[in-house]
Amino acid sequence: MQLNELTIKEAQEGLRSKKFTSVELTKVCLDRIKARNKDVNAFITVCEESALEEARVADGLLSSGQDSPLTGIPFSVKDAICTAGVRSTGSAKILDNYTPPYDATVIGKIRKQGGVLVGKNNCDAFGHGASNENSMYGPVSNPHDLSKVAGGSSGGSAAAVADNMCIYSIAEDTGGSIRQPASFCGASGFRPSYGRNSRFGIMPMASSLDTVGPITKTTYDAALVMSQIAGQDILDGTTLHDSVPNYLEKINEDLSGLRVGIPKEYFELEGLDSEVKEITAKQIDKLKELGCKVEEVSLPHTKYAIAVYYILVPCEDSSNLGRLDGIRYGVRQKGKDLYDLYAGSRATGFPEEVKRRILIGTYALSAGYYDAYYKKAQTVRTLIKRDFDEVFKKVDLLITPTSPFPAFGVGEKKDDPLALYMADVMVSPAAIAGVPALSVPSGKNSAGLPVGVQIIGSRYGEEKIFRVGSKLEIIN
Amino acid sequence: MSLSIEEVKKIAQLSRIKLTSEEEQRHAVTISAVLDYMKILNEVDINGVDPTFQVTGLEDVIRVDESRDCNIIKELMAQMPEIESNELVVPGVFAEVIEE
Repeated sequence: MQLNELTIKEAQEGLRSKKFTSVELTKVCLDRIKARNKDVNAFITVCEESALEEARVADGLLSSGQDSPLTGIPFSVKDAICTAGVRSTGSAKILDNYTPPYDATVIGKIRKQGGVLVGKNNCDAFGHGASNENSMYGPVSNPHDLSKVAGGSSGGSAAAVADNMCIYSIAEDTGGSIRQPASFCGASGFRPSYGRNSRFGIMPMASSLDTVGPITKTTYDAALVMSQIAGQDILDGTTLHDSVPNYLEKINEDLSGLRVGIPKEYFELEGLDSEVKEITAKQIDKLKELGCKVEEVSLPHTKYAIAVYYILVPCEDSSNLGRLDGIRYGVRQKGKDLYDLYAGSRATGFPEEVKRRILIGTYALSAGYYDAYYKKAQTVRTLIKRDFDEVFKKVDLLITPTSPFPAFGVGEKKDDPLALYMADVMVSPAAIAGVPALSVPSGKNSAGLPVGVQIIGSRYGEEKIFRVGSKLEIIN
Repeated sequence: MSLSIEEVKKIAQLSRIKLTSEEEQRHAVTISAVLDYMKILNEVDINGVDPTFQVTGLEDVIRVDESRDCNIIKELMAQMPEIESNELVVPGVFAEVIEE
């Protein structure tokens, strides 16, 4: 086994027992990036020099016994997350030259421990997409089949982890952007409860939905990273005041007696791939064998989730992206007046999907339309959230496929935005309700493409998700 | 189509995004399809239901209003597109250019 194929847990053990150094581990990851990135396109920026310098510092911390759980472990970060001193484009040309002067809070926590940042991952621009084809730096290819998409929006992060270019990645999930690409690439992708992790320094998309979380090789690693990055932040007023549970403490506890719900609406969906359905059913059988009480449940408003999501997101997007105007930072296009400067900078700096979302949001929030779109969507959101609140009185967790289908072909859905929006059908409801969910690798279909199964938990119920995920996951 | 080219032009202007005529065409078609799909929400009975604007239940989160060290002036300035005598250069807000 090559060093870059290790999990965080294995790498941590190797570093602590001096089997290898962080510099050696980092070099192997950088070599892998060099060999594979031209095909996969998972990285926009590679931090070769600074990563090796950070690894040397980490080796110092390790040898003097001052190490923390993520010291010396090479990781990557979605480019829509700010990293001090390292270019962060959000995959849009308007920020092509942008180097943030500060770290996002979650990144600062990792770097303070001596984490080694190997590079910044390609993604759909500002998180807008489910195929990573809305990046202005080219699409990301699926490492299992280069003719297929990696999923999105965090496609670069998922592909980098699955292809062993780094040990883990930090990404962002507004309506499935961690879980869906993780399922397409065969990685573990975790969306925390809304409010569990600070979003300070994450390029905001839809603030009432945005979360930040890990993409890893195993559930254990996801729980480990969460233990290190979660918690209240004075710079994000939506963060929970409660202390962060030790997610690793109970991860090995057995599952007997755990109540698991199968939401029938997810399985009745038109377009659900038969092999995906089969693989999910096998995972449900496994839970029964492990002593879980499995029962069918109903989330009656599931079919409205995409409509709600794709009203809320463009509305909040159109407001959040107002800050990108070529004035204070980013790429400025010369204009004959102020309007011309704004409109020109935004025309050349945003890809088509970003423009579309800003236009939809501006339309839906304008006088006369607010009640018909935004307010109505927020009201139906209450019903979707209530569905989850009710069902979690009966069961501890829900199991669904992560995506109705495995990775699709590059270009296949590119000209039909609505068809691409539908790819989020299984992942957006949990986001709307603000509950946590994990996509666990669950094997491959007959074409050799990975399939993920989603475990959804109650609000702040991350621990149970990790317990189940670590027993369900099928690695390689 | 539920969105006309004229409406696309209007919202593009409000959004401060220049569009080519091909883009206007494409957005009118694709956005109309999206808006048509949203009509599915009309079948939901929302009588007596309040909107959800946030899911945490946190209210009135406050912090002490105090200054913090922020020694990144140089780095912030380095991100600015145009600087003159240590100040950000922007076009005049009221300097309207009259179209011919």
